[in-house]
Amino acid sequence: MVRRLPYWFALLLASVLFLYPFWWVLTASLKPRSQVFDNLVLPRSWAFGNYLAIWDAAPVFTWLVNSVTVSLAAALAVTLASALIAWGFAYYRFPGRSGLFALVLSTMMLPTAVTMIPVYLIWNSVGLATTQVPLWAQNLFGSAFYIFLLRQFFLGLPRDLFEAAKIDGVGHFGLFWRIAVPLCKPALIVTFVFELKASWSDLLKPLIYLRDVELFTLPRGLKAISDRFGQAGEQQWEIVLAGSVITTLPMVIVFFLAQRHFIRGIATQGRKG
Amino acid sequence: MPGSRFRRWAKGFRERDTWAAYAFLSPWLVGFTIFMAGPMVISLVLSFTDYDGLRETSNVGWRNYEQLLSDPKVAKSLGNTILYTVMTVPGKMIVALALAMLLSRVGRRSAGVFRTLFYLPEVTPKVAIGVLFLLLFNGQVGLVNGFLGLFGFDGPQWSTDPAWVKPGLALMSLWSVGGTVVIYLAALNNVPADLYEASALDGVSWWQRFRHITVPMISPAFFFTLIILTIDALQSFDEAYAAFYGSSASATYSSDAALFYLVYLFQQAFQFLHMGYASALAWLLFVVIMVITAIQIRVSRRFVYYEGGDR
Repeated sequence: MVRRLPYWFALLLASVLFLYPFWWVLTASLKPRSQVFDNLVLPRSWAFGNYLAIWDAAPVFTWLVNSVTVSLAAALAVTLASALIAWGFAYYRFPGRSGLFALVLSTMMLPTAVTMIPVYLIWNSVGLATTQVPLWAQNLFGSAFYIFLLRQFFLGLPRDLFEAAKIDGVGHFGLFWRIAVPLCKPALIVTFVFELKASWSDLLKPLIYLRDVELFTLPRGLKAISDRFGQAGEQQWEIVLAGSVITTLPMVIVFFLAQRHFIRGIATQGRKG
Repeated sequence: MPGSRFRRWAKGFRERDTWAAYAFLSPWLVGFTIFMAGPMVISLVLSFTDYDGLRETSNVGWRNYEQLLSDPKVAKSLGNTILYTVMTVPGKMIVALALAMLLSRVGRRSAGVFRTLFYLPEVTPKVAIGVLFLLLFNGQVGLVNGFLGLFGFDGPQWSTDPAWVKPGLALMSLWSVGGTVVIYLAALNNVPADLYEASALDGVSWWQRFRHITVPMISPAFFFTLIILTIDALQSFDEAYAAFYGSSASATYSSDAALFYLVYLFQQAFQFLHMGYASALAWLLFVVIMVITAIQIRVSRRFVYYEGGDR
């Protein structure tokens, strides 16, 4: 125990460094404008009114609802689609399998920048370029990393299980939906929370697609708030800070509820190296 | 002979299972065609045009690519991006390794708690990190310079001095190191304990143990994170854009010091609507990423140790 003391000390110090910015933002968002930068651990006077001010300044609640619906749709779509695809690769042996799977993996190397413009033009040509649809609909076709992750899980299931079920008359879809999916719940949750976080944080797509302020997601809204009230704007940082808290807090809560799954997802990601 | 192989291959399509498999794969096949293969072709075609969605489009041959070479903002943004990458990637790897090694020295339970705390910044949206950068790294009133002031240092104007913007952003990026820590810790925990025990018996020093056991054993994790972090850093957008771009006034602050490649590409494509030129920019990025990744793979091959021989 004593031998470990220096390690503990170093880790505690690091934890303070990692957590203090959160505390700083949270407390600064509750300080009056003149005290935002006073770097005191607690506000000298509490300005809960900042959160009312942001409410008046921007449709924050609408943005919150938009963010929740878009990221839930994105996460749900990618989980279902990637599971279907991964099952196809994991269970069946068929001509073209290894070639196609290599193709799936190779798409991970493709920078989004290359397809960004044509994909925008495609959504534009079907009249959806200024809606929220492009923010999640592509997920209906699965995503390479999750396909890889879920395939690994499906491959770990004992094959006898499925042979037995087949004899009992379970069909192709039944094998997937009634047997494989329930057994792979942990991996499906990993996929879901990862995409939830990715979609929640996305700034680039909302910048490209969303024109109408009422359709903004929180990150896009925070950017608008920061443009108006921040560095280049009216220097009302307490409003920008309240916006940052509203944008970040929901994911922090999700993270604490699902942190096991986040960590496992990352650890799995490393193992493929 | 190849004929018979093909026949055997094609015979597979008479099996029911094959059709079932392709049914499961169909979402990906459709998505790949519409959102990847198709767009790649379109992007390549666009890069040889002056398409802007407004005027009539004409073929301009290699002009976009010639323009890339002479556009000072391409050189500037590519330079910015590479400089940032060179700072943030090794920085993250070193900090993550140090934290992971500390975590491996305390009990598994407490390591789990610390690991969770270190991961927390990774769930913070990057746009909020960009905003946070402006606040914490503010030259006059920011927390970072306040901290440096405690030790008598006069901190730089991180967010306005062009020379300090990228080091500042790179320093800020170290906050999001938690994912890398988790990967390294998993790798460290997989190093067989008997290797360390054997070395302890031989009276090997701490440094020798680190150099000859730990580093080789976790080198696959290094390699993996090197590739992933580099690809990510070369495509950085959110933090720089959130902090310095978007409204006309804010861009002037950084005087292009924070003009990352993807920021410039985004401006060209969606603000100036030079979509043909922006497509050429995208292909240049693709080539740069491929070349850098290929070099990393070649160089790493000599240093990465895989248990159980070559892979």
